[in-house]
Amino acid sequence: MANYILLRHREIPDIHKLDVYRKNGGFEAFEKVVTTMKPDEVTEIVKTSGLRGRGGAGFPTGLKWSFMDKDNWPHYVVANADESEPGTFKDREIMESNPFQFLEGVAIASYAVGATEAYIYCRGEFWELTQVLDEKIAELEEAGLLGDKLFGTDYSLRIYTHLGAGAYICGEETALLESMEGKRGQPRLRPPFPPSFGLYGKPTVVNNVETLTNVPPIITNGGEWYKNLGTEDTAGVKVFSLSGRVKQPGNYELPFGTTFRELIYEHGGGISDDRSIRAIMAAGASSALIVADDKALDTPMDYASVRDLDADLGSASIIVIDDSVSIDWVINKTIHFFEHESCGKCTPCREGNYWMGHIIERIHAGQASQNDVELLHSVAKQIENKCLCALGEFSIQAVMTGIERFPQDFEAAIK
Amino acid sequence: MNKIAENYADEIQKIIAKYPAEQKRSAVMSLLYIAQREDGYVTKQDLNEIAEILEMTPTEVVTLVGFYTLYHEEPGGQYRIQVCNDLPCALRGADEFLEKLCENLGIQIGETTEDGLVTVEGVMCLAACDKAPMFQVQTGEGLAYHEDMTVESTLELIEDWKREEK
Ligand SMILES: Cc1cc2nc3c(=O)[nH]c(=O)nc-3n(C[C@H](O)[C@H](O)[C@H](O)COP(=O)(O)O)c2cc1C
Ligand code: SF4
Ligand code: FES
Repeated sequence: MANYILLRHREIPDIHKLDVYRKNGGFEAFEKVVTTMKPDEVTEIVKTSGLRGRGGAGFPTGLKWSFMDKDNWPHYVVANADESEPGTFKDREIMESNPFQFLEGVAIASYAVGATEAYIYCRGEFWELTQVLDEKIAELEEAGLLGDKLFGTDYSLRIYTHLGAGAYICGEETALLESMEGKRGQPRLRPPFPPSFGLYGKPTVVNNVETLTNVPPIITNGGEWYKNLGTEDTAGVKVFSLSGRVKQPGNYELPFGTTFRELIYEHGGGISDDRSIRAIMAAGASSALIVADDKALDTPMDYASVRDLDADLGSASIIVIDDSVSIDWVINKTIHFFEHESCGKCTPCREGNYWMGHIIERIHAGQASQNDVELLHSVAKQIENKCLCALGEFSIQAVMTGIERFPQDFEAAIK
Repeated sequence: MNKIAENYADEIQKIIAKYPAEQKRSAVMSLLYIAQREDGYVTKQDLNEIAEILEMTPTEVVTLVGFYTLYHEEPGGQYRIQVCNDLPCALRGADEFLEKLCENLGIQIGETTEDGLVTVEGVMCLAACDKAPMFQVQTGEGLAYHEDMTVESTLELIEDWKREEK
């Protein structure tokens, strides 16, 4: 059995070439579904597999596909390649090094929901990568794997890339759709959700790059096979992006349920300069700060277990923080990120992050008192549950848990 | 006369064809990149021309330029070095890198060198956090990543650009 399901280029370096990808079974799954299966049967397999969205929310993928409104056509598939969460760099590696498996996943998803047009929304910074994807798509058309009347059937499919221009909020699926429509990327009020009202008001499946890249092997090996990987709560494998104060940062494809300790110390080689670990952020900058004690380090990384630590696994972007930095410095960074990235549509998120930015600057500069720390916490608290999209909630996770779980750092900062 | 429409007719046609016929407006982001090709920023005239091509109002186009960070309303250096100093990169020395780079070039963050060649900016995560210090270079032509950089290797890169300019 191969060691990789997603990062297969680590075993087959030339898999970014179409002939090599095909020699290794590439596009057999797509041909199989188009020529021998009904769309709903494809969705059923994905449901059985237990695959959940890798973009952060962990929503069951097959279930999402089954929500597509069959009374409203055309249908669209949009791959979310906006990858902008600080600490996340897995979709980029997948698209750069194993692009055809991703594109085959887009194709299978399109067939499953009856879409004849699919788009890949790439963050603007992936400018070079997007050009390469365009070339790969052209190769597929040339090879008769995309285009009209595929494999002698009536099914036709085109895939297009769409380049963003630098805005984290465009990773939120409805902001992404607005952006694709040529508007500012600001989230829509939900419901309705994209499977009933998506791109151009039509039913749309939005899926993360990694989610879609899982689909071809699931079709090839079956839903049961995939379900037996990972844990009871979270099936399958995950590409964990490991960053921050570790010796060997990078992407690691591992089954769900791998412990933080194994990821950080075995794969990541331990803490930089052999210092001591203090905190873990499991979902990039949007994370609660987890106190990195033995209990946390021995926690298996699946959605439910990380929730038990009062945190979220999200897109599984693990940022490691050691004793070389203080937590007020960390949240100074996260606050400035969200202050910059708030789309400005709702007041609590826009104004709240602006104020948090001011207060944390004062704290960090040593010009604040305990009152300011309390004020910071209370501003964060006032943002909670008052926002249109999840960015507002993301923005307060590190702030609140930082103050609550690492009070000593703030005491030191205001002295 | 619509310069963008004339100079890039074929390319624009291809872009618009990606979207349903009544959704031309989806092409606006690509057209803004085209507009930036010549001067590295979007001029007033560009806005009007794009609006005309896509049947939008110039106001609708200008709000996009303000919303997205890769579009610029003001001219900058020929090369914009956009250093990521977001949390994961900062944990691996990106702030020090950015500061030293600016010091070496004799500018502050956000400023342009006197010869107009280089602007240095601090930006948010670029999905390369394991390869810090890193930056992207934006020119009118597009964007390129430079990873695992040092101040020395960056200064060499700038020297290469200078040689190319001569
Ligand atoms: C502020 C914000 C940013 C997001 N950024 C991304 C992103 O960069 N990539 C992504 O796939 N999903 C992102 N998401 C999640 C998407 O809204 C959506 O849930 C996801 O693309 C669905 O695909 P999945 O079910 O395959 O995960 C973001 C959500 C929010 C609220
Ligand atoms: S919560 Fe923030 S990012 Fe989300 S819609 Fe409101 S202002 Fe925009
Ligand atoms: S934090 Fe710098 S690339 Fe991600």
